[in-house]
Amino acid sequence: MSSSATLPLSKLREGQKGQVSDLLLSGEMRRRLQDLGLIPGTCVSCLYQSAFGDPCAYSVRGAAIALRQTDSQKILIKLC
Amino acid sequence: MGLTFDSTGGSAACSARELSIQKEEPDDLIIALAGNPNVGKSTIFNALTGMHQHTGNWPGKTVSNACGRCEYHGQGYLFVDLPGTYSIMAHSPEEVVARDFICFGKSDAAVVVCDATCLERNLNLVLQVLEITPKTILCLNLMDEAKKKKIYIDTNLLSKKLGIPVIQTTARDKKGLENLLETILVVAKNPAPNINTTPAPLPRDIENVLSSLCQSLEPVLPPHLPVRWTALRLLCPDSQIIEHLTDQNGIPLTENSQINSQISSALDTLHQAGYTDQSLRDKIVFSLVHRAEQICSACVFTAPNSSREFDRKLDHIFLSPKTGIPVMLLLLFLVFWLTITGANYPSALLSNLLFWFQERLSDFFVFLHAPQWLHDMLVLGVYRVLAWVVSVMLPPMAIFFPLFTLLEDFGYLPRVAFNLDHCFQKANACGKQALTMCMGFGCNAAGVVGCRIIDSPRERLIAILTNNLVPCNGRFPSLIALISMFFVVGQGIFHSLLSSAALTLWILLSIGMTFLSSRLLSQTVLKGEASSFALELPPYRRPQIGKVIVRSVFDRTLFVLGRAAAVAAPAGLLIWLLANFTIDGESLLFILSSFLDPFAQAFGIDGVILLAFILGFPANEIVFPLIMMGYLQSSVLMETENLTALHSLLLANGWTVQTAIAVTILFLFHWPCSTTCLTIWKETKSLKWTSLAFLLPTAIGFGLCFVLELIF
Repeated sequence: MSSSATLPLSKLREGQKGQVSDLLLSGEMRRRLQDLGLIPGTCVSCLYQSAFGDPCAYSVRGAAIALRQTDSQKILIKLC
Repeated sequence: MGLTFDSTGGSAACSARELSIQKEEPDDLIIALAGNPNVGKSTIFNALTGMHQHTGNWPGKTVSNACGRCEYHGQGYLFVDLPGTYSIMAHSPEEVVARDFICFGKSDAAVVVCDATCLERNLNLVLQVLEITPKTILCLNLMDEAKKKKIYIDTNLLSKKLGIPVIQTTARDKKGLENLLETILVVAKNPAPNINTTPAPLPRDIENVLSSLCQSLEPVLPPHLPVRWTALRLLCPDSQIIEHLTDQNGIPLTENSQINSQISSALDTLHQAGYTDQSLRDKIVFSLVHRAEQICSACVFTAPNSSREFDRKLDHIFLSPKTGIPVMLLLLFLVFWLTITGANYPSALLSNLLFWFQERLSDFFVFLHAPQWLHDMLVLGVYRVLAWVVSVMLPPMAIFFPLFTLLEDFGYLPRVAFNLDHCFQKANACGKQALTMCMGFGCNAAGVVGCRIIDSPRERLIAILTNNLVPCNGRFPSLIALISMFFVVGQGIFHSLLSSAALTLWILLSIGMTFLSSRLLSQTVLKGEASSFALELPPYRRPQIGKVIVRSVFDRTLFVLGRAAAVAAPAGLLIWLLANFTIDGESLLFILSSFLDPFAQAFGIDGVILLAFILGFPANEIVFPLIMMGYLQSSVLMETENLTALHSLLLANGWTVQTAIAVTILFLFHWPCSTTCLTIWKETKSLKWTSLAFLLPTAIGFGLCFVLELIF
């Protein structure tokens, strides 16, 4: 099943949904994202891309969170 | 843009780090107000204490503790408005402030304010606070928004599951606050607080290790330190917290060899079970997130089609690649246009009124048979500069401030940060710098304080050093006057539209300069890569129009203007004295400005202008009036009420379009005012960075003027 392959969050297109499988970030940012509820199993969807394609806004547990590509490519998800 | 009496430190006696709270009455209750960013903590704080702590719809605008007192049924409450945090385990300055207060501030109770529309994420913090103190109250704020979004919360069940009282409030309408105060009293006075609060469960193997560690810790810990929480902090060493953790004799826990051996054996067991420091930390966070998830799935009901459709539609306009930036420019233009057109009439009216009063004042002096020099000094010196400051500055400020605050309350500023982030990223700076830059439009000193929302010290310094590159509210009116006089032709609406467009362009120049300088700093003295950043885009909220207008005019505009007027009076006196004291038949003003003249000429301006900028160091608002005064001392000009007369005064003193451009550039880029300099020093505690913050905009402004002079 192709939908179970993991890909970085940064590859998610507007309107697509995914489920977090792993965080490759460490330290403060890892902590910060976890505090926002972004842990393995959390559903995220891509809401908007900004004018320059980076950053993007994601829906995480009901909140809209903007992330830069450098960070979102270190968040692995499964499409769903 | 929150420069108010409160935020500049005139309020209650409390400080962020020292945690020293002074009670007015010995039995006052100290109550900590905690919560995620942007859940309405400050609104609750203001509603309870009657204070005017600045509120706005973006995460992180309360960056230090504010204290306020209120009395209800004879009981005094001292509220401490903590900065908004998602967690109290991370290390950004505002989280440290909040955490230290909850852990070590010895408050009588903690109120955790939650956004009812986003409860699940908010509960994470509630659960963390609960680990520290059972004397916690959950305040479910924004109930009106939740209702609108068709989100229903079973508060009884929620209260039962958490084991603490849950109070619903709508702080902006002051609903539920009495109930909150009554509940606080009950909780704070309860000698044996509710202990049916079960902690979020960890995996069994960790729990086992933890419980044996708890047993050995219990005898040595002082009673106010919660055992389980302390054990967890010691297991995943958090150096900042551990520094504060001491036993009953005040000796640091880490110096206790018995505890140390307990910890290392506990860690050995966990490492053998396959845990690393990171996975251990992860498990602790996961347990909280999962607990919050479970509680919410039982207590929160969301109607299927509720959702945030309206928000999403608005965001589609404000954020999408096609419309985001054009709409942003259009809004900027609209704000300027409203400011310029709106200010025209009251400006003329005020000016007529104030100068009519000047004549009456002169009559009065004649009536008193006061000596001529006294009249000239007080009326033509002090009063006239004051009248100038008020009539030129007040109307645009009184329009711009509220308009800007409306956008802020609505929740637009984080969208600006989203749109501009790419540029800041290219400059290796933080995207939140857009927020502090926007605050700078209101007041640079407030903008500099606001830079505390940026976690990385390097990026925070960049934001502080470049904040002054955008013009503050005190500089806008002068810019508007210059633009209307020199760069725009035509009449009526055409004129105001063109002026607004010109002003927008100038502002874009200053924003561009912010990007450039940030990039320059990133590549030179503040070398480094951009750090990670996550910015929440909060839900839009209907601004409280009436309140915004009243508050921004009375609290902020009048406060800033009062400060300017306080400076304007002595400055007016000084410039009058300079103009009227003579040495060898030459006035001091003439001598000084002639002295500065050759230097000033190299930049396309004259000595009077330079002198005005120097004398205007205490407040930018007085620079333009001082230029006028300087010229008026030597020219005889009866009419000074309107811009046409001003224009001819400037022309008579040798102004050309180049002069006007140069002065406009200098208004955008010159040294920060004294308040901002002082604030930068307070924030950086470094003479080096304060000097750089002084020199950077100055060098840019004079550099540009020098190039201009070469071209013309």
